[in-house]
Amino acid sequence: MADLAANDPVLLTTSDGRPLQEALAQAQSKAKWRAFMLVAPLLAFILITFVSPIVQVLHQSVYNPKFSENMPQISAWFDQNPNGTEPDEAAYTALVADLVAAGAAKTVAVAGERVNYEMPGTRSLFTKAGREAKKLQPPFMESLTKLDENWASPELWGVMRRVSHAYTGDFYLAAVDLERSPTGSIQQVPENERVYVNLFVRTFALSAAITFMCLLIGYPVAFLLAALPMRYASLLMIMVLLPFWTSLLVRTTAWMVLLQGQGVVNSLLVWAGIIAEDQRLVMINNLMGTMIAMTHILLPFMILPLYSVMKPIPPSYVRAARSLGATSWTAFRRVYLPQTIPGIGAGGLLVFILSVGYYITPALVGGASGQLISNLIAFHVNKSNNWSLAAALATILLASILLLYWLYDKLVGIDKLKLG
Amino acid sequence: MKKLLVLSTALTAVSFAAQADVTVMSWGGAYTKSQVEAYHKPFTAATGINVISVDSDNPAPQIKTQVEAGNVSIDVGDVEYADAIRLCDEGMLEPIGMDVLPAGADGTPAADDFLPGAVTDCAVATIVFSTVYGYDNTKFPDAKPTTMADFFDTTKFPGKRGLRKGAKANLEMALMADGVPAADVYATLGTPEGVDRAFAKLDTIKSDVIWWEAGAQPPQLLADGEVLMSTAYNGRLFAAAVAEGKPFTTVWDGQVYEYDLFVIPKGAPNKDAAMEFVKFATSTQALADQAAWIAYGPARKSSGALVGMYNDGKTEMAPYMPTSAANLGNALASSYEFWVDHDGELNDRFNAWLASN
Repeated sequence: MADLAANDPVLLTTSDGRPLQEALAQAQSKAKWRAFMLVAPLLAFILITFVSPIVQVLHQSVYNPKFSENMPQISAWFDQNPNGTEPDEAAYTALVADLVAAGAAKTVAVAGERVNYEMPGTRSLFTKAGREAKKLQPPFMESLTKLDENWASPELWGVMRRVSHAYTGDFYLAAVDLERSPTGSIQQVPENERVYVNLFVRTFALSAAITFMCLLIGYPVAFLLAALPMRYASLLMIMVLLPFWTSLLVRTTAWMVLLQGQGVVNSLLVWAGIIAEDQRLVMINNLMGTMIAMTHILLPFMILPLYSVMKPIPPSYVRAARSLGATSWTAFRRVYLPQTIPGIGAGGLLVFILSVGYYITPALVGGASGQLISNLIAFHVNKSNNWSLAAALATILLASILLLYWLYDKLVGIDKLKLG
Repeated sequence: MKKLLVLSTALTAVSFAAQADVTVMSWGGAYTKSQVEAYHKPFTAATGINVISVDSDNPAPQIKTQVEAGNVSIDVGDVEYADAIRLCDEGMLEPIGMDVLPAGADGTPAADDFLPGAVTDCAVATIVFSTVYGYDNTKFPDAKPTTMADFFDTTKFPGKRGLRKGAKANLEMALMADGVPAADVYATLGTPEGVDRAFAKLDTIKSDVIWWEAGAQPPQLLADGEVLMSTAYNGRLFAAAVAEGKPFTTVWDGQVYEYDLFVIPKGAPNKDAAMEFVKFATSTQALADQAAWIAYGPARKSSGALVGMYNDGKTEMAPYMPTSAANLGNALASSYEFWVDHDGELNDRFNAWLASN
């Protein structure tokens, strides 16, 4: 259009004298509007059920108003006085006023919990002060520290200053085993409290291993599916799809029955005399249990994309390569394999992404050593109720998946992805 | 048409109001069954209000989540002591209070009838339960474990152990097994060295532990032969041994006992019916009836006298109760003061410990 306008300075118009471009846009806008209305329900559905929860989670990971909302006066004092100001009587007056109000509203423990995330053992300091604060007499600096000397601790005041801002990056620090020292610098948490970095590493390593296992097992199956005559292939297809359609929980518990110490596999091995009664293999409640069960459960996600790219590859290509003197290995490596790369990419990406976020199977068969990061996210959502930390962990997981997707796009190209 | 719509809406509203069911969230398995038999069925018979039972591994976090999200679906929750105190502190529970509770069947006022500490601002205890350990007799032809130290001794009794996945009770048991007298356990756990000592003791059996989460799991793990010994709630072991005839023995040495309490979450959809239910369920007769279904001690003194036989009519309940004198030899009362304060910190430590290899 732009070219046309540049080459031809005469303005094209319709018969009623309107510029052609404008008329066209008007005519099309109706159609566009209609098309938009058609997809609007889907768009609204996605916005409400998918985008908005993700945005909320992202927000929660940097926003925690538990302290600032329930202790407004002391939070205001922190805002007015720069970092490093010694808490004076005005600060203690504000603090006690907040404690009295929050104690009456039964929210003092909520504020205390926020401080307790950063400085363990302080929760009861707040609940106790919430009960006693209304009896305190000025000067409050003296009476509050008399109630509990910990109220004078510079570390506590440093933490309170930090949590007085509802927006914080502290949960991201916690999610990678870092913390702020009393002086404000960033340091690693003590050795025996480090957990998340290891779990992220374990999650990604295990997911990579599962993806590799799925490829190793899935590739020949997909090849058979594509190569066999139709009636055998469809039988094989049913065998791939049947477990795919079975409930995840049923499949996981089936693995529990198979793999446990007194389970089917061990009992068979003992009965066949391959292992002795007291040598029963430990195949469940550890990393191995998670790996076996997840490989099985995710296998169809590898086989189906592979099958979809293998099916249309004409067998004559490999035959041609053979007739030109290639060994069967060379023919496979240089002719067949490159054509299946889009399927390997799609299956690998699918399996990897699914396994990174897997939760139920590791929880049931993983024991302690087979736990993944998703189990810790569930723990912080359901048990410890530290949603901000759970959100930070989830966000890191999401970001690493997006990074992976971007890498894949750079290396292989997303347009080569073939999901079936 | 419009009239019809209004009418039908009104009718639905009325029928909803009429069926104000009480939803009770508890711990599932044999425990929930005992509550259904002793509380829910008689309550429905007496008032016509249906009771819906929901299972959970631990109702407390779910109550907190629901109240925080402003979407409360349960009316009554069954929680542990420290959780009841904490939820109450955070303003997440409806106050109940001693004055609304009925007097004992023998006329004793509620304040004197309940065991000490059994009623708090927002919670009413129903039972005393205990975390103990048990084993399958058939796996021990010779010497049998008798002490908490035996549980942690994998040289004397090689084999897998079942433990609840969480810090509470495990740390106490580890210290008692390490020789700390029950009376000093919480003083020791209050120090960093004490916590290190407890984790060091847990370290000695870490590679042999299978972790359980739901109360129904340990008897199953024992029955499957997946573990040699497992900690468990004493009532679950009792139910498996007596009701299902499993050859399980309970070891009372080093037991950690505490109350289980009923609470009403703030914003419960049927608060009034929930209050009626709590009053009914913590009455003398209901508590005594429950003891005929599971080996948990009633929280009212007046119920104690009414506890007799298990519902099979031949098993005397007293020897199976956590509070019976014979079982209290080396027993620890779980300290809610300690756990209210340290739960978050110690569970973080526990998770880090669990995840490290």
